[in-house]
This record gives sequence, C-alpha cells and structure tokens, in this order.
Amino acid sequence: MSFEWIKIPYALLTLFIVANYGFLLTAVMAKIAARVGRRHGIPVWQNYLDLIKNYGLRSSITHGVMFYMGPVFRLTGGVGLLMFVPTLYGTEMFSNMSFAGDLILALYFVFFGSLGMALGAGESGHPYSAIGVTRGLSQVTAAELPFALAVYAVAVQYQTLSVTEIVAAQQGGILQWTLFTNPIAVAAAMLSFLGTMMRPPFDVVLAPQEIPIGPPTEYHSSYLALMQTNRAIFPIAKIVIYMNLFFGGAASWPAFFLKVFLIYLVSVIVGVVFPRFRVEQSIRWFLIWAVPLGVIAIMIA
Amino acid sequence: MLRELYEQLKGRFPLGELSEKRPDLAFITLPREQLRPVLLHLRDQEGFTHLVLLTAVDWIEDDRFQLTYLLHDRQGARDIGLRVMLSRQAVIEGAPMESIHDLWPTAATYQRELREMFGIDFPDSPGVNEDFILEGWREIPPYRRDFDTLKYSNETFAPRPGRESQDPAQHMKAQLYPDGA
Amino acid sequence: MTQTNEDLLDDDLIEHAPVKEELRRRLVKGPDGVEFEVEPLRDYYCEAPPTVMPAAYSKIIEGLFNWARAESLWILGFGTGCGAIEMRPLMTPRFDAYRYGIQWRPTPRQSNLFVISGYLSVKTLKRVIRSYEQMPNPKYVVGLGSCTINGGMYFDSYNTITRLDEYLPVDVYITGCMPRPEALLAGFEELKRIVRAGKGEGANQYAERFDWYKANQKRVIHDWDMPDYNW
Repeated sequence: MSFEWIKIPYALLTLFIVANYGFLLTAVMAKIAARVGRRHGIPVWQNYLDLIKNYGLRSSITHGVMFYMGPVFRLTGGVGLLMFVPTLYGTEMFSNMSFAGDLILALYFVFFGSLGMALGAGESGHPYSAIGVTRGLSQVTAAELPFALAVYAVAVQYQTLSVTEIVAAQQGGILQWTLFTNPIAVAAAMLSFLGTMMRPPFDVVLAPQEIPIGPPTEYHSSYLALMQTNRAIFPIAKIVIYMNLFFGGAASWPAFFLKVFLIYLVSVIVGVVFPRFRVEQSIRWFLIWAVPLGVIAIMIA
Repeated sequence: MLRELYEQLKGRFPLGELSEKRPDLAFITLPREQLRPVLLHLRDQEGFTHLVLLTAVDWIEDDRFQLTYLLHDRQGARDIGLRVMLSRQAVIEGAPMESIHDLWPTAATYQRELREMFGIDFPDSPGVNEDFILEGWREIPPYRRDFDTLKYSNETFAPRPGRESQDPAQHMKAQLYPDGA
Repeated sequence: MTQTNEDLLDDDLIEHAPVKEELRRRLVKGPDGVEFEVEPLRDYYCEAPPTVMPAAYSKIIEGLFNWARAESLWILGFGTGCGAIEMRPLMTPRFDAYRYGIQWRPTPRQSNLFVISGYLSVKTLKRVIRSYEQMPNPKYVVGLGSCTINGGMYFDSYNTITRLDEYLPVDVYITGCMPRPEALLAGFEELKRIVRAGKGEGANQYAERFDWYKANQKRVIHDWDMPDYNW
C-alpha cells in the first residue's frame, strides 16, 4: 500500500478545524457551566486571548529537557489520537491516517499524554506537581479500565480492530449504533468518559481551586499555551473515538459538530450537578460501578 | 453563681479579690504561686476544661504585667478569668514565669506569643523562643507600652507625606456645627 | 530568634541575621549511603538578577500582545489582608469577573496580576516578594485599599508597611477601606487601559531599579534568609 502524500495537508486541515472547534467548544461549555451558576462566564473568544497572552509572555524558564518535552508529549497524545481515527466517516479527505489496527493505537494515545506529562512535571521538581501526577495517573488508570473493557467488547462484537469498519457496521439507521446494539459496553465507556474529561466530579487532579493545581504547577508562558492547545484538541479527539465506536460516527461536519457537542455536554451536565470527588473516592467509584459493567459487556460479547 | 464558687475556692486557696462582670463571667486575682493549684482544681473538679485564652496587660503606671488565664466551663456555660500580677521590672530583667503547657497544650502557643510581644519568658514551654509573628525583630517587644509604634513606623516604613489625622470628636463637631455653636 | 534583652542587641547580631537551620550549608546522607553537601540557598534557587526584557520587535505584534494581556488578567490567588474577602464576591454571579477575562490562578508561574489586598505585614511582604519574583514578565501589581497607599488605619503599626510602591512597582491603586467589588472592577478596567496602552511595564521597572527596591525591602525585612532574587 503506497502512502498518499495528500493525506498530510488533509490531516492538518482536520487538525486546524478541530483545534478551533475545541477552543470555542470549551469556552461554550464553560459558559454553560457558568449559566448553571447564574453567571455569564467567560467570553467565547477568551481561550484565544489566553493563548496569545501566554505566547506573548516575555520570560520563560526551563527545568530541563523533560520539562520541555512534557507539553510536547501531551500535545502529541491529543494530535496523535486525532490523526489515527477517521474524523468523518466515508470521506477521503478527513479519514486521516486510519488503518486496520488503529483501535489499539488510539487506546495507547489516550494514555500517552498523561505519561508524558508525568515525566515533564516530575522534572519541574515542584512537590505539588509530583502529588498531582500521582493523583492524575491513578485516577486516569482507574478510569481507562472500563473504557478498555468496553472497547474490547465492541471489538469482539464487530470482529474487527479497525475504527473505520466499526463505523461502517453502524451505518443504516440510529438503531444500528452500538449504543443500542451493545448498551452495557456503552454505559461502561460513558462512565469512564466522565472520568477522563477532567471535569467535576473527577477534576481534583488539576482543578485550580485545589491547593496543588497538579501537574502544571510549574508550567507557564509558551509551555502553558501548548498545554492549553492540547486541552482544546484532546477532548475533541477523545469524543471522536467515542462517536465512532458508539454513536455511529459522523459523515459530515455539521453532524460531527452536533454529536461532539452533545457528547461533551454529557460530562458538563454531570459536572455541574455533582460535587468533586477525592481521588480515592473516584477510583473506588470506577471500580465499583464502571468496571463490573465493562466485565459484563465482555462476558455477553 | 460564680460568687459561690469563689467562696468555695477561698476556703481552700488564699485568693485575692473577685470582680464580677456578668452573671457568667468573673475574674479572680490571685498570688502567683496559687495559679497552678487553682487551675488544676478548676479544670479537674469544677469542669472548666477549656483554656479560652492567655493574654497579658501592661500596667506601666503600676509597674506590673497582668497575666489573664480565661477558662470556660462548657457544661455550666460560664467563664472565669484568673489574674496574676507580675513585677514589670523583674520581667524586663528576665524573671521567668511558670509554663502551663502541661495542663493545656495550647498554652504553649500563647506563651510563645507573650514571649515575643511582651517579653515575658516561659522557659519550660516548648518552642517558646522561636519566631512567632515577628521575624527578625530587633527592638523591645512591641506590645509593651513604652514602645512607641508611631515613631517606629515613621522611622522604618517611609510614610507617604500628606497624611492628615483628625480627632474624630473634634472633626464631627466641626462638620456638624460649622459656626461653633 | 527574638532577643529581647538590650545587651544581646549588639552589632554583629544585627549585621548577620541568623540563617534558619534548614537553610544552612550542611552534609546530607542520601538513601544510598552517599554523603553530599547541600547549600539550599544556592542549590534550589536561581540567583541571577532580573533583566529588562524588551518588547516584541514589531509594534503590531506588541500591540496584539498588549491587547491579549489586557483582556486576560490572571490573578495570583494570594490574599494578604482583609481585602482578600472583597475579591471572593467577584467570582460570584453578582459581579462575575470572568466576563472581563479575569481569572484566579493558584500558582505564580501562571499569573500576571498580583493584587495586594490590604494591609501587608513585614512577614507577609517577604512571601509577597518571593511570589512576585516568580511571576513571568510582564506582570502587574494592584494595590487594594488605603493600607497599601499610606498605611490606612495601620499607619502607626509596628509591623505593617505603609507604602507599597517602596517595595514593588505598583500599576494601579484602588482607594477605599475596603473598596467594594465594584471599585475593584473599575480598577481592573483602569489597569486594562494602562496595559493596552503599553504602559504596564512594572516588571521592567523592577529590573531597572532592582538595587533600590532590594535596599528598601531589606531595610524592613530583617531576617533576610533567601536569595536576592528567586526565580
């Protein structure tokens, strides 16, 4: 199979659209959460301003090579995740680099960012970073477990490890979605989704209100801007996976925007209703409620 | 109500006078060597289990430091304060005072504060010589009344010129009765 | 250690403020049994004095940056006096400072606005200086309440500074005792105007007059047990 070079500009175009959509969407979600508290919240374009400001800061210091690499790895996690799953089903232009075994790779990329962050934050030498990384990794691990189980259940269900084929099998009506053909796996995955979106009740790791803000304690200026970019891309990329695996994928940009918005909204609605969990509480919650669902989904499949 | 307690205590310990402020609040002045037995008795027999505060007053005119130990009886909802008078001159020369941190551990913090702010020494109290609020203080303890805080502030902190201070009574009088009636 | 007796106040005690135990140079034995020397004040801090950082080369770019800086004020969550109470309502639905791009950040590395919220004792001033120096350039300081202007009701206090601009470069003062949250919002709007006009150069001013600021700081902080500049 020869590599088609036209894929690279196409992929960059996808990245550009997704990044901008991510900036706007996170701001809109912040506004929605603010409206719940009867506030008006940040302006929709606030993320761009913060980004420009952080790039515009004049002084930045480093704590070593890994301190540089932390945000880079983090961004690689988000971008890589996006690159290897088809963003829009059935279009040559926005299918990106998807290939036969990409599901496993995607699972790996979900975790990649956190690990990179752990290395970078560890290098910064700040005790709060170390605490945050420990908490973050344990919580993400616990949250990924049900998702992994659900993904394997879905893979067994469709007898394939290719995201494109899984999406293809879900075409032809809303009842063909995994949501209806395998509801238990979807339930387990959605619980896990809440945990990895870094929103309440599972955002103790890097909530600014907590005394240790977590891994990014020492990050500033361009490093922080890089991480902000990732904070815009990564949730969208993750939602794309969920959309492809469980909600029938999207065949056009409007359908994509709508589905991503709605899936994102799930975590926001849960977030504004429930107070924040401590790390050990959330791990216990995942092990008690989400993991058994995943196990059941596997057994049924 | 506290008068009864006072009479009862007086039978056991040589006490000074009683000053009643409210039905549930009174102060007893007592000699220094009676402090510990009275505190122990009040804590263990009369139910005054809570040390509310330990503070000092500088009676510079009488050449005395007054230590006040305020105790609270949760069950009976009443407070009693014990006053001990120390010779100011002796304290300045370094005379120690007995620590009560073994009766109430919180007392150690109060004693540390008194050591810093008044210079009253409690040699047995843990950590009493560590800095509490002031770091690197060089003058005489600032809560002593012979310490001139305004002068110190003006000398140290570069005050902004143009500040006016007014006596509130005079100022309001001038505001309300401009013609001096 | 507080020395109260007059005879202990001789000169060499004053000149060499005692360094805390944990900051002294010492030998440490690691978990692997290797002994090594630790000098906390040198090892853990960067001592290089601050430098004046030039603006972006192009005026247009700098204008864009200034606009973004003005619209994205990140306040360091550091409450010094009673004014810290007045900042909390800004987050609530009634005042909602997030509308103006104002956020609170928990670490100095990520914030560019330091609100000195009220009286500042000498002990706190030391921490404030350390936090301020860790913030990235450009950074702004807002003095809140009369205490930061002329000492306010603490003008004769033995441990409260009376003029903030002796120790840090201040961009905006907000008068009042205490100023209401509305006054704070007005002050932030004023700061935005200053920043957008490119006049919020407090950090460079601090670097230029570094020796003067340091001398002022050291005159009131007697137990100076940190490097002259902490990054």
